[in-house]
Amino acid sequence: MSIKLKALLKSPWVFHLSTGSCNNCDIEILDCLTPRFDVERFGMVLAGSIRHADVLLCTGSVNRKCIPRIKKIYEDAPKPILVVAVGECSLSRGLFIHSYNCPVPLDKIIPVDVYIPGCPPKPEAIIAGVVKAIEKIKANIKNNKQMKK
Amino acid sequence: MNREEILNNIKDRFKDCIKNFVDKSPKRIYIDIEPKCLRDVVCYVFKDLQARFNTASGIHTRVGFEILYHFSFDNLGLIISLRVKLETDKARIDSITPIIKGAEWIEREMHELLGIDFVGHPNLKRLLLAEDWPEGVYPLRADYKEWDKNSIRDRGVKE
Amino acid sequence: MSRTIIPIGPYHPLQEEPEFFQLVVDGEKIVDAVANIGYNHRGIEKLSELKSFDQATFVVERICGICSNSHPLAYVQAVEDIIGADCVIPERALYIRTVTAEIERIHSHLLWLGLAGHFLGYNTVYMWAWKEREEILDILEELTGNRNNYAMNKIGGVRRDLNKDSFGGVIKRLNKLIEFMVMIKKAVLDDPVLHIRLKGVGILTQKDCIDYCALGPTSRASGIAKDVRKDEPYAAYDRISWNVITQNEGDVFAKVVVRILEIFESIDIIKQCLRKMPDGPIDAHIKDIPPGEGIGHIEAPRGECFHYVRSDGSNRPVRHKVRAPTFMNLPTYKQSLIGQTISDATIILAAIDPCYCCTERMTIIDANNKKKTFLSQEELIRLSQKKTEDIKNKMGIK
Repeated sequence: MSIKLKALLKSPWVFHLSTGSCNNCDIEILDCLTPRFDVERFGMVLAGSIRHADVLLCTGSVNRKCIPRIKKIYEDAPKPILVVAVGECSLSRGLFIHSYNCPVPLDKIIPVDVYIPGCPPKPEAIIAGVVKAIEKIKANIKNNKQMKK
Repeated sequence: MNREEILNNIKDRFKDCIKNFVDKSPKRIYIDIEPKCLRDVVCYVFKDLQARFNTASGIHTRVGFEILYHFSFDNLGLIISLRVKLETDKARIDSITPIIKGAEWIEREMHELLGIDFVGHPNLKRLLLAEDWPEGVYPLRADYKEWDKNSIRDRGVKE
Repeated sequence: MSRTIIPIGPYHPLQEEPEFFQLVVDGEKIVDAVANIGYNHRGIEKLSELKSFDQATFVVERICGICSNSHPLAYVQAVEDIIGADCVIPERALYIRTVTAEIERIHSHLLWLGLAGHFLGYNTVYMWAWKEREEILDILEELTGNRNNYAMNKIGGVRRDLNKDSFGGVIKRLNKLIEFMVMIKKAVLDDPVLHIRLKGVGILTQKDCIDYCALGPTSRASGIAKDVRKDEPYAAYDRISWNVITQNEGDVFAKVVVRILEIFESIDIIKQCLRKMPDGPIDAHIKDIPPGEGIGHIEAPRGECFHYVRSDGSNRPVRHKVRAPTFMNLPTYKQSLIGQTISDATIILAAIDPCYCCTERMTIIDANNKKKTFLSQEELIRLSQKKTEDIKNKMGIK
């Protein structure tokens, strides 16, 4: 198993991308860093650049102006990267499905691994979602090891 | 000045321009004016009566365009809305940005979402829509249809 | 052209184009600025035409997460304005509307305080302000059922009633918040480093406020005493006593002071409302909206929020125009940014308190040099924090 994946499981660096959201989900993500929830004690920090990130947290209902940006960010991201869609808007555009400026949902542009529903999801839900994703990767790695044996 | 004085002043000064005067409630007045008098009326209301410009709403109805300019007299709690009516093929009106700097963005927005031309606007570029949005397609018009073949709208109310 | 990209906001740390703000600089000074927005345009006005009047309340809530109570309140008042004088909202509903609006104002100003602290290098203020904000969100969850998007407002009244048993706990938590705010107020007003850092920076004159039609704390910090809650009282604001907070200098320091003092005022308003709240119905049970047009405007934490609704007698609005306060405040960046230095750019823009769902980030164009350079968001905030550090070192303060 790659060193990168091992490092990801120990202390994931999170990059936050907003593709045209109302900012509720963004603030709930930031709330995870504040003293009440404090995910920094698990080693999760906000990365300043996508090139240092292990996890890509996406919010927002994919505005037309943001689509080229999303594609570029995903290209620049070092693979493997875990893409997490936070909030109803990034799942399926939520109630903006009929808006003229939101043509496609996020998972038609980049592959999404984990979906966290809610409008907005509470910080507890976001932390639970990211932890579940990490457990999923750990389980996959274990299965792969057993299959190799 | 109190409410009656303001209304009488406007009525006397612009009696040729006013097509309709609706006194809906103590705090809401709607005045229909001729498009050609817009600049003079706005200049008087903003500079002499010292009202605050709130915003402008553009509507596309079956008959044509209507633009409402909302001005607020904060010390009286009164909002006066000036309405101009335009035809759909001749959607052109004087810009009020030279008089009120705060009107620049709302006129740009109405230009790109409704297709109204503002004569004399210093910077009539796109404000909100993406660069790849096609020219001549105005989302807020009543006859707007989905033009994007790649868009996915597979649930909910069918338009 | 040399471009340096600087994002605003700790949660939009993107570096590539397209840019939001283009600042043309000459050395360290900013000589011109151009804005490029549209990254959050979701076509809500068109969406309202597909929904019924009641459903549109939920759409409008999600325009902005921080002021998610202000937009529904303005929309609901616009629809009630269509009905006119026949629509009488019950007294208890008016008081409940006031309480939710003021709690939202407190949480929005605390959020802003945290971000301002982060930009200036006072990370403790950032963490503490957001910790206190969690207590306010607890109050909201206890009273309304959700931390954000509380959906309390409804055409004709409010959706849910408040439980009298929880009022005691609310007042206790507000008193704890007062202690925290007293400490912050003393720290801000007496800190010589902040005085040097923020006074005289990003001044917006009264004349510019009037020309650009600026609103809210941005204009109240320049001496213009306008507040929709006093000018055209809605909800229960004319039944309780409170003051409009103004300052005269128009710089970033004045804006900080206005927001801190408004928190105290809001706590006082909430306590008065909780004491005076009458019993009774909470809903006027409005069934049909007659044809006509109406305007509703309220004082959101950032300024005046304005909604215009037109109805033709059916159960859907024909036209719904939304104007958020930041739409009028943001163009004033031209006046407050020009002549200032790059290290002050973030705090000046943050002092306008843009509702972040409209803002993304900035780029800088060097007027003389024609190369492309990129500055990450961290580097820009570090520039701003470094300036504070330098001032502290000069004054011999650790």
